[in-house]
Amino acid sequence: MTPLLELDAVTQAYPLPRDRLFGPRRSLTVLDGVDFAVGEGEAVGLVGESGAGKTTMTRAMLGMETPRGGAVRFDGRDLREMGPDERRAFRRAVQVVMQNPRSSLDPRMSVGRSLLEPLRALGVAEDHAARVREVIGQVGLTESALARYPHEFSGGQLQRIAIARALAPRPRVLIADEPVSALDVSIQAQVLNLLKDLVDELGLSMVLIAHDLAVVAYSTSRVSVIAGGRIVEQGAPRDLFVHPEAEATRNLVDAVLTMEDGLAGRGLAAGAAATPPVTSHQARRGR
Amino acid sequence: MSGADNAIEVRDLFVGNGDLTAVQGVSFTIPAGGRMGLVGESGSGKSMTALGIMGLLPAGWHVRGSVRHDGVDLVGQSDRQMSKRRGRTISMVFQDPLSALDPVRRVGRQVTSILRRHLDLSAAEAERQALDLFAQINLPEPARILRAYPHELSGGQRQRIMIAMALACYPQLIIADEPTTALDVTVQKQVLRILDAAVRERGSALLMITHNLPIIAAICDSVAVMYAGRIVEAGPVAQVFRTPRHRYTQGLLRSQPTMDNISFDAGARLPAIPGMVPPLTDLPPGCPFHPRCAAASALCRTRMPPFEGAPHGAACWHPADGAGEAP
Repeated sequence: MTPLLELDAVTQAYPLPRDRLFGPRRSLTVLDGVDFAVGEGEAVGLVGESGAGKTTMTRAMLGMETPRGGAVRFDGRDLREMGPDERRAFRRAVQVVMQNPRSSLDPRMSVGRSLLEPLRALGVAEDHAARVREVIGQVGLTESALARYPHEFSGGQLQRIAIARALAPRPRVLIADEPVSALDVSIQAQVLNLLKDLVDELGLSMVLIAHDLAVVAYSTSRVSVIAGGRIVEQGAPRDLFVHPEAEATRNLVDAVLTMEDGLAGRGLAAGAAATPPVTSHQARRGR
Repeated sequence: MSGADNAIEVRDLFVGNGDLTAVQGVSFTIPAGGRMGLVGESGSGKSMTALGIMGLLPAGWHVRGSVRHDGVDLVGQSDRQMSKRRGRTISMVFQDPLSALDPVRRVGRQVTSILRRHLDLSAAEAERQALDLFAQINLPEPARILRAYPHELSGGQRQRIMIAMALACYPQLIIADEPTTALDVTVQKQVLRILDAAVRERGSALLMITHNLPIIAAICDSVAVMYAGRIVEAGPVAQVFRTPRHRYTQGLLRSQPTMDNISFDAGARLPAIPGMVPPLTDLPPGCPFHPRCAAASALCRTRMPPFEGAPHGAACWHPADGAGEAP
């Protein structure tokens, strides 16, 4: 599959303060030669612990970060070589849904205005009001939602609204950064199903970033594991989670608690990442 | 079982603030050394149940009912009596250790002050016990951590310190409210393992509040499921999770993607529970779950089902009789 959005050997580092006044320059490498790609109509997952580099990768894919090395390409074009018009088309084509819809929607704007805003800002040439009515329906809400304000909605409904806003400019890639981890458990399945339907029906490409392996395995057909700023393993979810090879993947898989293990009394049993058992240094006393 | 054998007996607990009632007649018992999981979503009343028991409700909120613990009813206790009790016979671990720890005091001081206040120890003796505690929760370099400030520690280390503080005085009951939700996944299991071992060693009872069902399966022996302020299903963990009777429990078990039920098939869809959690200010009549329930009948829309069955019971007019059966 030819990649639609691609990170090619992307390296990113931030300067650190010098040790001494005339000491050597130092920097912190957060991405170290990252290759990552999503094809047209493909759903790929990105997993890793906090601090592994997921957020920096997301920012690079959105063009919010200029990498120190390597290239970010959209449709084969290097972002750095794009002119203003191309850049605008890129911003329209890659949209993001964040973890917490309560902080990503302006509380003082009606939902309708929140959805119109990006269409105006991106100069989308179609009937904005009609487009907004269309996307609000696509995410399973009614047009009456448009006149209301964010505080009138539950977390699950707000996440639907955030998805509608991302869809409004007809993007080709949707980046979903932990889209369900802030939602109630009975709502998570609805939102995951909705994302899957959108990818299928609209032919959308999706990058799903999550810490929950089950969520990623359910929603994507290919997963990359990032650790210490490098992609350490990549493959189909089943292969990765059944036969993890990289240590970071094994740690993530070992961390998963399953219902069956729990009910069988071995839910906390040590995996490869086990710590030594707690020893009793202290006789019972105190009360 | 006589009352003295129980770590806590909650009867008909109501928690409200005049405008709304977050907890509507909750009853459960945890025997000494027992471990109960309390499952629920936001607005289900699970955290308000815990805060009501601990006497830590926000201003304007009050409790009704009875909470028998250590030979007294906690509901009638004064703030002074409760503050002597908290951290000693009953203690709590919160979700976010960073906001539960004092940012401007060294963690050693925060741990020793609990030991000194409740156990009347000298400063040197308290410090020695704190070091013992740190070793028990597998903290590396306990002497260094004793002098550290909360911001110098990782999230997992901070939560282990919260656990050490909660366990310091060998409480009869520990309430843990989403203790691992704010932690990185790879650290969660380790923190749960430490909590599990430390609770076991002290013979304390545990009330584990979480929305994560596999955590409850791993660490608890009984479970109560809350919905809209009430317990809708309760019983031994294996029975409730293998053969859920309430349609809500059944829906939760099926809809959560876990590594047990995951399908790698691209066309698969999760069996989601439709609709949303009703706001407490606008509960539907009858069974509060009926608008989301495929098995709802006219009866469900008008009358609240009573909680029936022991040890595994449910509040449902049309309980399911097997885990595999479709509603």
